[in-house]
Amino acid sequence: MPTDIFNTIESPAVPLPIENVDTDQIIPARFLKATTREGFGENLFRDWRYTKLGEPKADFVLNSDTYSGTILVAGKNFGSGSSREHAAWAIHDYGFKVVVSSFFADIFKNNALNNGLLPVQVSESFLSTLLEAIEKDASTIIKVDLEKQEISLKASGASENFEINPYKKECLLKGYDDIDYLLSIKEKIEQFELSRS
Amino acid sequence: MAKKTLFDKIWDKHVVDEIKGGPSVLYIDRHLVHEVTSPQAFAGIESRGIPVSRPENTVATPDHNVPTIDQHLPIKDQLSRFQVNKLTENCEKHGITLYGLNHPYHGIVHVIGPELGITQPGLTMVCGDSHTSTHGAFGSVAFGIGTSEVEMVLATQCILQPKPKKMRITVDGELSAGVTAKDVVLYIIAKISTSGGTGYFIEYAGSAIRSLSMEGRMTVCNMSIESGARGGLIAPDETTFKYMKGRVFAPAGSDFDQAVEEWKLLKSDSNATFDKELHFDATDIEPMITYGTNPGMGAKIAGKIPAVEEVEAGNRESYEKSLAYMGFNPGSPIAGRKVDYVFVGSCTNGRIEDLREVAQFVKGRKKAEHVTAWIVPGSKQVEEQAHKEGISQTLDAAGFKLRQPGCSACLAMNDDKIPEGMLAVATSNRNFEGRQGPGSRTMLASPLTAAAAAISGVVTDPRTLL
Ligand code: SF4
Repeated sequence: MPTDIFNTIESPAVPLPIENVDTDQIIPARFLKATTREGFGENLFRDWRYTKLGEPKADFVLNSDTYSGTILVAGKNFGSGSSREHAAWAIHDYGFKVVVSSFFADIFKNNALNNGLLPVQVSESFLSTLLEAIEKDASTIIKVDLEKQEISLKASGASENFEINPYKKECLLKGYDDIDYLLSIKEKIEQFELSRS
Repeated sequence: MAKKTLFDKIWDKHVVDEIKGGPSVLYIDRHLVHEVTSPQAFAGIESRGIPVSRPENTVATPDHNVPTIDQHLPIKDQLSRFQVNKLTENCEKHGITLYGLNHPYHGIVHVIGPELGITQPGLTMVCGDSHTSTHGAFGSVAFGIGTSEVEMVLATQCILQPKPKKMRITVDGELSAGVTAKDVVLYIIAKISTSGGTGYFIEYAGSAIRSLSMEGRMTVCNMSIESGARGGLIAPDETTFKYMKGRVFAPAGSDFDQAVEEWKLLKSDSNATFDKELHFDATDIEPMITYGTNPGMGAKIAGKIPAVEEVEAGNRESYEKSLAYMGFNPGSPIAGRKVDYVFVGSCTNGRIEDLREVAQFVKGRKKAEHVTAWIVPGSKQVEEQAHKEGISQTLDAAGFKLRQPGCSACLAMNDDKIPEGMLAVATSNRNFEGRQGPGSRTMLASPLTAAAAAISGVVTDPRTLL
């Protein structure tokens, strides 16, 4: 699916300072029965967010009036576990455009990038800086500049650079998609097939 | 020529193209498909108006959603039924072989691939499921992908992948009685943590790995992903060739002999360098079980749950949260806890050897009354074989019941859910919060340990009952 064009994002952030958030937490398996990509945001972090009876749990951050925004700032080792792309869909569908953590699981990272959701990996110490700033002032603005590969705190100017594969960066900036690319080299693929049979 | 690892040899042979500063275009030999991660991918190629590129290299089966009793009846859960029907529809439309419910080849994707001989040394294999790493046991490069990537493979038989780094984990020495492949891999993950393998593809080597059967090797490779690795693989050898011989889709006759000659070349060059090397001593491995909410939180059953002080300072908060979810006290002994459920099954330990092991252990014994036990074969063939060998009768006599094949309580998408607050000893691969049903608590262990728990009704070191 071609993704949206990704520009610079400035937004307050939602803090989730929990480590090892696995994809079963992001979207529990029982909500994977849909056959389209839409609507998964409703069940994002389902079991942390709602009681068994479907009532919002007041102490979970997505239910608080204090925090909002399109940036999710999470603890170390985010997205481990299942390869379900539904996890990236759910986060994106909920309205997040960026997830910040000090470490991401591989498959999650790929899945996010394939859906216009930018995983920004920062150092342990910068993650603490971000979380502290958000905790102190929920309206604090975080800026993510993909072109410059830089994430910064608007107010203090504290910033850090992040890495992204140049090809993936180009895709996000232009809204390209891997399948378009692969289809464009179809002939090469067919030659490859012939060469090995 | 530069020395190559086994992984390099297979990977490099499948690179169609390299994108400057970007990923490789990797050619995929076999694509396995199941009902949960594929519908959006089929919809994707349809909206682009393109066909499946190589339907003959694609095999599908419904496994995640299917009931494990009364499989001859229509699936009761409407959403599950719809998803399974959608898979059938998509396969028919696109000319893909489907082993549907009740087909003699039906089962969990990662169980049927090997048993049908679809999985072969030297191939690249993918599936929209992280435990695709299982197939690496044959010396293939196999890994899980997301749905966008499933769409790429359907459309072009290729995916874009950055080449992972390489790690070798060598386990030397002899495993003692009661210590199984599952204990080996739980031990490794407990040592390197759930992120220790991130960014790597692991080759398992050493005499302890060589001594494992193909099924044991599959168990080890299966759980590679739980260390964060992209996948795991083991160089093929006589054990592999013997297993392959006579499988439905394996080469036959002189083709087989020729294939074996080629497969023999699939090993890391003696001086090949890995980005990381780890060594473990098999004699240090004992029956293992997890006590927390990720697969890295494992310990010897004979031991204790680590005290909070033993955990790295930065990780203590999540450690305590995890134990609170499990209802366990830090520092307490692991064995002796009351077990409510036992689950034997999944792509990690739902193969015939696993069932044989359980049957042999429970023979002449009785299941503890308060324990609910689900024994779920990984495939129809496993189920049939279990009936043929009298395993199901042995299980019956001990108070167990053999169900029908599927993922079942491994991820609880069907009705096989562990109720809230209940403690399960499971042979599957994930103990995340709510993985086996909302509020369920999971301890991962080998089939032998699961059987011991079912008999004694508490967490038990199986060696005490051997
Ligand atoms: S048995 Fe469990 S881990 Fe294996 S494919 Fe099924 S759900 Fe995934």
